[in-house]
Amino acid sequence: MMLRGSVWKYGDNVDTDAIIPARYLNMSTAEELARHCMEDIDTSFVGAVRPGDIIVGGENFGCGSSREHAPLALKGAGVSCVIAESFARIFYRNAINIGLPILACPEAVAGAQKGDALTVDLEAGTITNARTGKIYHTSPFPPFIMGIIEAGGLVPYTRERMK
Amino acid sequence: MPGSAGVVPGDLVEVSVDVVLANDITAPISLREFESLGVARVFDPEKVVLVADHFAPNKDIKSAEQCKAMREFARAQGIAHHYDVGRMGIEHVLLPEQGLVLPGDVVVGADSHTCTYGALGAFATGMGSTDFAVAIATGSIWMRVPETIRFEYTGTRQPWVGGKDLILYTIGQIGVSGALYMAMEFTGPVVDGLSMADRFTMSNMAIEAGGKAGLFAVDDATQEYVAGRAKREYQVYAADADAVYARVVTFDVSDMELQVSFPHLPENAKPVSEAQGVKIDQAVIGSCTNGRLEDLRVAAQILAGRHVHPDVRCIVIPGTQQVYLDALREGLVEAFIEAGAVVSTPTCGPCLGGHMGILAAGERAVSTTNRNFRGRMGHPDSEVYLSGPAVAAASAIAGTIVHPDEVMR
Repeated sequence: MMLRGSVWKYGDNVDTDAIIPARYLNMSTAEELARHCMEDIDTSFVGAVRPGDIIVGGENFGCGSSREHAPLALKGAGVSCVIAESFARIFYRNAINIGLPILACPEAVAGAQKGDALTVDLEAGTITNARTGKIYHTSPFPPFIMGIIEAGGLVPYTRERMK
Repeated sequence: MPGSAGVVPGDLVEVSVDVVLANDITAPISLREFESLGVARVFDPEKVVLVADHFAPNKDIKSAEQCKAMREFARAQGIAHHYDVGRMGIEHVLLPEQGLVLPGDVVVGADSHTCTYGALGAFATGMGSTDFAVAIATGSIWMRVPETIRFEYTGTRQPWVGGKDLILYTIGQIGVSGALYMAMEFTGPVVDGLSMADRFTMSNMAIEAGGKAGLFAVDDATQEYVAGRAKREYQVYAADADAVYARVVTFDVSDMELQVSFPHLPENAKPVSEAQGVKIDQAVIGSCTNGRLEDLRVAAQILAGRHVHPDVRCIVIPGTQQVYLDALREGLVEAFIEAGAVVSTPTCGPCLGGHMGILAAGERAVSTTNRNFRGRMGHPDSEVYLSGPAVAAASAIAGTIVHPDEVMR
């Protein structure tokens, strides 16, 4: 699976309240949540994000609440992938479970600037930065995780397997 | 894993769950996912707990719809442990109080503060809505066996220092990702002497260091707490004598002051003396971190016979109906109201900027809650200082952050 998009770059400890403020948790669909994604730390995001765009963050991305609304909001906004130095545990599980690929790759984070065009090859575990020409290697997902992402999440994946 | 030869950190295991929990904001996504799985019934309605606490009593029409969806699911599935307004409390205060979580349990909750139950010697961790859906469908969940950091607290606590100060200090020392993916084990003579309320407070905030669980050994205090609440058998586990730890950290707390975490991360913990003089607009005393009777007693001891500063809104939120009733019978509620504080029905409310005390731009709160991320309690340009109940109550009186001794003179 190949993903292509422009970089939105943020710092360390991007928390789930930043990704989707709790005042919007009275809604639960990806479409509704996407309209408020990142708004407290980046008011330009919702208006300018394009399908396929890639979020690049620092350490402990997605810390805080267990709200699955956070990866859902990113997915609903069209984000194809999150690359960070490290991820908070619950966010990591939630992202995979809803079929949003996320990769830990500190080198790719260090080499990325806002607006860079990245290409991510999930099977090979490579991230290519078109501006610098650099190719970064990360561990590819094991087959069952790849299966979850291709199915669009753990629920469709499980349903498929129960057939 | 009965019959298993044991596990080591890094192993991926499938575990049976004893309790599976969700609330009014995480359940709606879960229920949609559960329906989509095509499973007709939950694996065991006795082991599923649903609590309307975050935006309940319903703060608006959308929240009302979410609570309604959860209520209808509970009825359709015969889930008796559905706690609605009138019976509900803040989930992590309510479940231990009602004896729904016991030592040795494996608990998975669609709420990050599910780690609170580690205080009972249960392995409890937060997950998301999809994991909840799979867990209530199958009764099991996969987990990676975490490494463990053992914390040992020695010395003698200064007056007013409680579980909140110990955990804020700990997070201040190791950082908000200091225990990422790991279990935190709290040990040593200082924690042996803590009340269960203080232990719940510490386990509750393990997630704020990135931890997967915050564990205490089961001792006489635990057994006493559980006695009279447990309605089923339970098993007590202890740390292996030869357990291998990722790290062992020792804190001598004798010189540790009361702690305050500055905006906008829980790791910004400083001694209260360094926060002295910070002007506040609001003080919140409650939440799954500090909404227990013991916390309210500390606050009442300071507020009784004094007055909340005219420029401060002081909001006290008992964690459950039982805590509220006990506080009422002990005269705490009267003391709060006479001091000029408001006392709310149990709700998570202001902690996550939901309702019951939202901050405007430029406003500042001292709060006994667990997170002070940007915008957590309202406007993105508002600020939250985290503290224990003693500092919050004293600051409500002074109008600025102060040590309780400043107002108790």
